Amino acid sequence: MNGKLFNRYLWPAIAVLALFGVFMFALARIGSGDLVVSEIPSPLIGKPAPSIDLPTIAGDESRFNSASMLGKPWLLNVWGTWCPACRDEHPALMEMATVIGVPIVGLDWKDDAGDARNWLASLGNPYHAVAFDPVGRTAIDFGVYGAPETFLIGGDGRVLAKHIGPLTMAVWETKLKPMLLAAKGGQP
Amino acid sequence: MNTSSRVSVTRRRQWGALLVGAALLFGSASSMAVDAEDTLTDPVLRTRYESINRELRCLVCQNQTIADSDADLAKDLRREVRGMLETGKTDDEIRGFMTERYGDFVLYKPRSMVLWAAPAVLLLGGLVLVGRIVVRRSQSMTTAAPDPDDSLANDEPDTRPMDGKA
Repeated sequence: MNGKLFNRYLWPAIAVLALFGVFMFALARIGSGDLVVSEIPSPLIGKPAPSIDLPTIAGDESRFNSASMLGKPWLLNVWGTWCPACRDEHPALMEMATVIGVPIVGLDWKDDAGDARNWLASLGNPYHAVAFDPVGRTAIDFGVYGAPETFLIGGDGRVLAKHIGPLTMAVWETKLKPMLLAAKGGQP
Repeated sequence: MNTSSRVSVTRRRQWGALLVGAALLFGSASSMAVDAEDTLTDPVLRTRYESINRELRCLVCQNQTIADSDADLAKDLRREVRGMLETGKTDDEIRGFMTERYGDFVLYKPRSMVLWAAPAVLLLGGLVLVGRIVVRRSQSMTTAAPDPDDSLANDEPDTRPMDGKA
């Protein structure tokens, strides 16, 4: 084999193999769940969180207003009793509520307030407050397209991160908490 | 059955399959989801409503527009579009409302010019490349007789008959 032939066949072969490698790498990441192609990145990251002014699921006159949360970081967890993944997520929320020291506010999305109260009465209530959004208008403001979804909101009212799918302690430790620490300038 | 008629039957089947494929490809965009609470009567708003719905992606079922989808969220987004049309928002304001919340992905037609231009640019690049190769080959075939010691001879296309008896 002379040098010319080498150039003509080897480099295209290397290029094809490299492309194949890239595809296989991406497929492997999708297969292992590291890369979720259906996840839509939120344009809200770094921007002021949309304001929330909604009744709570209590069914009385009480309301939740996001202005009351200014000054400290908090989590907004979008859920509904119709959502099986939210049931899977619930034990993790219960644990986080006692461990992470960041209040979790629920947004009960397109749900029945009575069903939501029953759910919390039987499974436990990890929430600082639960805002009730039966028509889904506030959820649209947050760009919610499924449940559960969770937003980390900083003390300055900006959205620091969004997690799509069930929250776990691992997600908190590896994804959300580092964003919170970075936003605070490295102060724990 | 003789050979020629069998060939023509196969041909006809191929054309049939092609027509069915084309019908599936171009004829399937007519379904529209309808909302019970839809009370938009103004014909001008109606037309704008239907055309803007066809531009907005259903985020749940990502390969449908909200015009086609029966998903709950698509219904909610159509309700928002109707509300904005009725309060006099422009089409751009409605698109802006959606992209502020869901990002550019919500637009079914990408806004990035790179995406639109890429196929044409790649096609042109490929044609230029093929053209250059063809010109170079025809020049080397007409000007120089192949020199057995010259490694360039390996660039010549093999014109011997396939049976290898040449």
